[in-house]
Amino acid sequence: MIINHPLLGPRDSAEFVYLGDATLIDRPDWQSETALKDFSDYAYLRDNPAGEHRELWFHEGGDRSWLVVTRNTLTHEISKVELARDVARARGRSK
Amino acid sequence: MRYSGFKVIREALRGHKGWGPAWRDPEPKSHYDIIIIGGGGHGLATAHYLAKIYGQRNVAVIEKGWIGGGNVGRNTTIIRSNYLLDGNEPFYEFSLKLWEGLEQDLNYNAMVSQRGIMNLIHSDAQRDAFTRRGNAMILNGADAELLDEAQIRAEYPFLNFNDARFPIKGGLAQRRGGTVRHDAVAWGYARGADQNGVDIIQNCEVTGFRIEDGKCLGVETSKGFIGANKVGCAVAGNSGRMMSKAGMRLPIESHVLQAFVSEGLKPVLPGVITFGAGHFYVSQSDKGGLVFGGDLDGYNTYAQRGNLPVVEDVCEGGMGLMPMIGRARLLRMWGGIMDMSMDGSPIIDRTHVDGLYFNGGWCYGGFKATPASGYCFAHLLANDAPHPVATAYRFDRFDKGRMIDEKGMGNQPNLH
Amino acid sequence: MSQKNRLSGGQIDRNTTLNFTFDGKRYTAHPGDTLASALLANGVRLMGRSFKYHRPRGVLTAGSEEPNAIVELRSGNRQEPNTRATTIEMFDGLSANSQNRWPSLKFDAMAINDRFSNFLTAGFYYKTFMWPAAFWEKIYEPIIRKAAGLGSLSMQEDPDEYDKGFRHCDLLIIGAGPSGLMAALTAARSGADVIVADEDFAMGGRLNSETLSINDAAATDWVAQSVAELSSMPNVRLMPRTTVIGAFDHGIYGAVERVGDHLASQPAGKPRQILWRIYTKRAILCAGATERPIAFENNDRPGVMLASALRTYANRFAATPAQRVAVFTNNDDGHRTAADLHAKGVKIAAVVDTRPDAPTSMDYEVLAGAQVVDSKGRLGLTFVEVKQADGSNRTLECGALGVSGGWNPNVHLTCHQRGRPTWNDELAAFVPGDDLPVGLSVAGAATGGLSTHAALESGAKAAKAALGLKGRLPKLPEAEDAPVSMTPFWYVKGAQRAWLDQQNDVTVKDVKLSHQEGFISVEHLKRYTTLGMATDQGKTSNMGALAIMAELTGKSIPETGTTIFRPPYTPVPIATMAGRMRGMEFHPTRLTPSHYWAKEQGAVFVEVGNWMRAQWFPKPGETHWRQSVDREISQTRASVGICDCTTLGKIDVQGTDAAEFLNKVYCNAFAKLAVGKTRYGLMLREDGIAMDDGTAARMAEDHFVVTTTTAKAGNVYQHMEFVRQCLYPDMDVQLISTTEAWAQIAVAGPNSRKLLQKIVDPEFDISNEGFPFMGCGKITVCGGLRARLFRISFSGELAFEIAVPARYGDAMMRRLMSEGKEFGVVPYGTEALGAMRIEKGHAAGNELNGTTTALNLGMGRMVSKKKDSIGSTLSEREGLNEEGALMLVGVKPVDDTQKITAGAHLMNVDGPVDAAHDQGYVTSAAYSPSISSSIGLAFLKNGGERKGEKMRLVSPLTNLTVDVEIVSAHFVDPEGERLRA
Repeated sequence: MIINHPLLGPRDSAEFVYLGDATLIDRPDWQSETALKDFSDYAYLRDNPAGEHRELWFHEGGDRSWLVVTRNTLTHEISKVELARDVARARGRSK
Repeated sequence: MRYSGFKVIREALRGHKGWGPAWRDPEPKSHYDIIIIGGGGHGLATAHYLAKIYGQRNVAVIEKGWIGGGNVGRNTTIIRSNYLLDGNEPFYEFSLKLWEGLEQDLNYNAMVSQRGIMNLIHSDAQRDAFTRRGNAMILNGADAELLDEAQIRAEYPFLNFNDARFPIKGGLAQRRGGTVRHDAVAWGYARGADQNGVDIIQNCEVTGFRIEDGKCLGVETSKGFIGANKVGCAVAGNSGRMMSKAGMRLPIESHVLQAFVSEGLKPVLPGVITFGAGHFYVSQSDKGGLVFGGDLDGYNTYAQRGNLPVVEDVCEGGMGLMPMIGRARLLRMWGGIMDMSMDGSPIIDRTHVDGLYFNGGWCYGGFKATPASGYCFAHLLANDAPHPVATAYRFDRFDKGRMIDEKGMGNQPNLH
Repeated sequence: MSQKNRLSGGQIDRNTTLNFTFDGKRYTAHPGDTLASALLANGVRLMGRSFKYHRPRGVLTAGSEEPNAIVELRSGNRQEPNTRATTIEMFDGLSANSQNRWPSLKFDAMAINDRFSNFLTAGFYYKTFMWPAAFWEKIYEPIIRKAAGLGSLSMQEDPDEYDKGFRHCDLLIIGAGPSGLMAALTAARSGADVIVADEDFAMGGRLNSETLSINDAAATDWVAQSVAELSSMPNVRLMPRTTVIGAFDHGIYGAVERVGDHLASQPAGKPRQILWRIYTKRAILCAGATERPIAFENNDRPGVMLASALRTYANRFAATPAQRVAVFTNNDDGHRTAADLHAKGVKIAAVVDTRPDAPTSMDYEVLAGAQVVDSKGRLGLTFVEVKQADGSNRTLECGALGVSGGWNPNVHLTCHQRGRPTWNDELAAFVPGDDLPVGLSVAGAATGGLSTHAALESGAKAAKAALGLKGRLPKLPEAEDAPVSMTPFWYVKGAQRAWLDQQNDVTVKDVKLSHQEGFISVEHLKRYTTLGMATDQGKTSNMGALAIMAELTGKSIPETGTTIFRPPYTPVPIATMAGRMRGMEFHPTRLTPSHYWAKEQGAVFVEVGNWMRAQWFPKPGETHWRQSVDREISQTRASVGICDCTTLGKIDVQGTDAAEFLNKVYCNAFAKLAVGKTRYGLMLREDGIAMDDGTAARMAEDHFVVTTTTAKAGNVYQHMEFVRQCLYPDMDVQLISTTEAWAQIAVAGPNSRKLLQKIVDPEFDISNEGFPFMGCGKITVCGGLRARLFRISFSGELAFEIAVPARYGDAMMRRLMSEGKEFGVVPYGTEALGAMRIEKGHAAGNELNGTTTALNLGMGRMVSKKKDSIGSTLSEREGLNEEGALMLVGVKPVDDTQKITAGAHLMNVDGPVDAAHDQGYVTSAAYSPSISSSIGLAFLKNGGERKGEKMRLVSPLTNLTVDVEIVSAHFVDPEGERLRA
């Protein structure tokens, strides 16, 4: 596969390491009353869709950035590649 | 019809006119006591044991395509019970014992071949870990044997003892491990279940569950609604898709595992061999093909195909371990979709929906588990309580912190 | 007698004669021949035996789809089983042997199977061999295994080299027949970067096999001109002998180039084959079509072959299997074979055409509306039995029969991403569907357009479309445009032992039995009968079987199923897929900065991941590794030892939020760590399990140096980047791995400070007061060389780790050794390192095994509840905090002459020894010269409460039972006085 890195252009997927669903960005609040259940769901449950999937790839053999890749799990077509940091900020993560 | 050597001879002499279909092709009834979704190895085994052991005769297996078309027909055919953890080892040992009696049970020759499996050791830390594992196996009643380098040399002289990047320092053997003719497992269970009255309904896709007041009343299918007191789901690879129809999210990701077979060769390998310093495991089929595999491609997918880097990685492992296979040719490669669970271990459990049961998360170890998985799922469906060897395979083990993590990789499915 | 069946003409070089042997017999050939064509020219039709019945087999095809003529090529460690004689390019000295026969090809004892074929039908083995139960593995299976298989491996290492490479292009053209060449010309003239790959050694495809004309000249002239033009263009790369094996995601194609298979021996340093990954913007599949046979009784005798193959052998290779041949066809194309062979002087016994309205000929007899119903000839065809239109039978004498059942487009690559072909009624064949791999289009006969004109036109159009070229089509060369005229005819009615899959011996009868037993879907049919599973992947057999199954079920062929194809297009040597990644090159090798110095010392090395580390340093007179290791430990603990620990991961963490960041990734607190201080840190995974441990040294307010274990350096770095980028994107913190940038050397032992004082520049105070335990700082050594010094200890001794830029690592090691002479400094390796850390009770990889928590490791209180850190919440789950949880303890034998074994399990002194009573297990063990006993670390249930308890350590795997005592994990200096000295 080829991942079109937003900064570096098209790169072979072999340069990357895969982590999983991009919802791993949405780490729960540790002080919430339901923190234990929230963290368990966060760590273990997945939508695992057949179709469009937003997922995290790490450019280990490159600039070491984490990317959010939108890829179809039926066809492997990649429709969007973003820097995970930008996605994280857009989802309200900061410090 | 019972199969026997006598019948084979009799039919040979009269032009094979007497053989009938190996299983019926019935229309679905409007209601069953138990419906199993998924006509793969696990679903068919479940049906067989439900009928034979648990006396359930009003059972249907519903399969969207042809039976045996999923992972039971696309794996590397290995059976073994060389597990470490208490939650796993008794279950897989139970499975191995069922394999040992399978042909007599089914009256079908699935060619269970206990040729042995050898996990090679390449470092002291690996020897420590395999020693612990081998001891756990023996303490659980399984067989295990630790071999040193000289013994490995004597038994496998064709391995790379010459210029190996990661020299072989020994191996953990399970002599009762081996291989089975994989397709025949599906067919044998189908025939066994069918003979005990189970309806096997092919080309019938389940499109949804009918759930009212928290109770599952049956399944919507491409052939209409079929009612059931209990519905068991055994659709490994597609578990996420299927259970989402019941509103469930699972601790599972779907990944592709590629497998490979070489052209037919005169016998070269005595049993199953696994490389301890790369992703490669191999055996030789009765037809002569080297059947081998390696690591997952590593990304979520439902496409039954993989990509070149993993093909290369697997062949590199093969050449790193046994360079005498260099001139054998890779004939065919295929991909199977694996339910990769969050701790690398399966789930056989009830769901939050009354009457809906789940069997999945087999990662890439589902084939060897087929008999025990079917047996234990049948037990759960019949008795509403887990079979004693499958008590750990619960959904809530993640909430409770009771993971069964053989590889110690944590909640990252592609590392299991 | 030489080459008695050699004809005139052909694309062979008659000026050169090559010698070769087959089954030890000598023959001659010419450059341009294949092994198959040369054998035919020499009058050899029998080339192999079938898989199950050991029936005599001759060549069926002239290409890579060959099921029958497969041989063992070359000998010794280059023996290559199952090699298609049809694709082996002749070279001088070639030697090949037939396979799967004993004692000889002509007299094969296993041919007795054929007599019992009634018993050996599809799936017979599933129904028998079950009694008595033990007999399957002891009696039946060994016999079956011995009989099965085709060629044999040498069992020796493949001596040839293989390579891999990457290529990029605008347009990849797969196949260099008329459509491929026309596509290439069109694309190349527009300036696009074009790669043309063809599996054959001669480009031109089918044009090489025909007597067609293009632009009123021989078609082969047009091929030569086209290839010449393409060769002259800098934007074109022609790759003959290159098979595109698979279409993978995003326009990546795999291709195998056979660089040296046509040579008698490989030039030194040159690869035999190269695996190319070709990155394309677009690709055009111009793979042509494959002729299919018609099944009739005994249609598998040597001499029965595809009509197009007969034509290829005559026209291209100037060879014929016999001087008198017949043709059996359901279409006009078959008549070409008769015409071409007749023109070459071969006698045509007759053309048997199933169609009542078959074309006629002035040159030979055409039997219209007739069928070949049987054949004769034990080791090669002698007669065919023909049922004529009027119902009468007639026997034709012939040594070869060309069979044509129509053509199947080679759609294989269009299915590699699980696309499905669609049915074309006119051709009675599957053609490419519309769900092709993205970027791939199809031209020529692969689309079903079988005429030369259609190929040229579709090639040009496809190239234009692929590249988005504007304007009109180029002027196409003049070529024939004959319509397809065929009437589907799959098998002769009533035929039973009529072969579909000739290699695996699947007959019409087997398909019928499969249907009768309910194995109706294509997938079941294939698996039950083994149809299409042979080395040819069913290229000539699958369609026929599918058509018969369709007839049996009363459905159309497309309703019955399609056959889809998987990579590789043709089989690929495993060595080619591995390339150079074998032997010592299997994985990269990482060397420590002091590696060459250690080698000079005669160190024994060990693989640690990809690193090579010194394991111990033997001294003259030491005959057992334990002597060396014990000496290294004793001398380190008595005076001073040094060890290269560069392999530990090092991560520089910088930024104003660096401390807060470490607070997130470590479960213990870091925010208040003073500058100039180092702290042990335990890192958890989010699931609360220990991931790794190490130290973080605060070099400045905004600068930490983090160390990781050797094994987890990459994972920890990746994890920290995840936390930084995905969880806390606005923290001001930067990470960089500096593992390779700094050589780090542990200096341990009571004299370590004295030794270091000799090299640390005097302005730096490293006294116990000036540089206390867990201190860290930037210093200079040896008169100005920048260095980092950490007062941390893995061994439990007064110890430092000193880091210098990697290029000074070797010099530093030598300097420490020379300056340390007065203290008797000793280098120590990983064994001593490991033993000393076990003596001290430090956890390492064996304890951080991915299932243990901080609690298990005895560090439960380290997990700060006052802050949020990765893993802190989930570490609170009940299953991880149970009564009686495993705790790290020390273990030593009651009788100190006995040995602790890592991997052994702990059992109570009384009670059963089984899994239910398992109390724990030993993770690490070593001999401790310090306390003169074997010792171990173990995880023990409720271990914190059981010190002093006697237990049994059992290892049934190694037949050991040892009485042991549970002790503190700190075998040496439990109070930590030495560290602080």
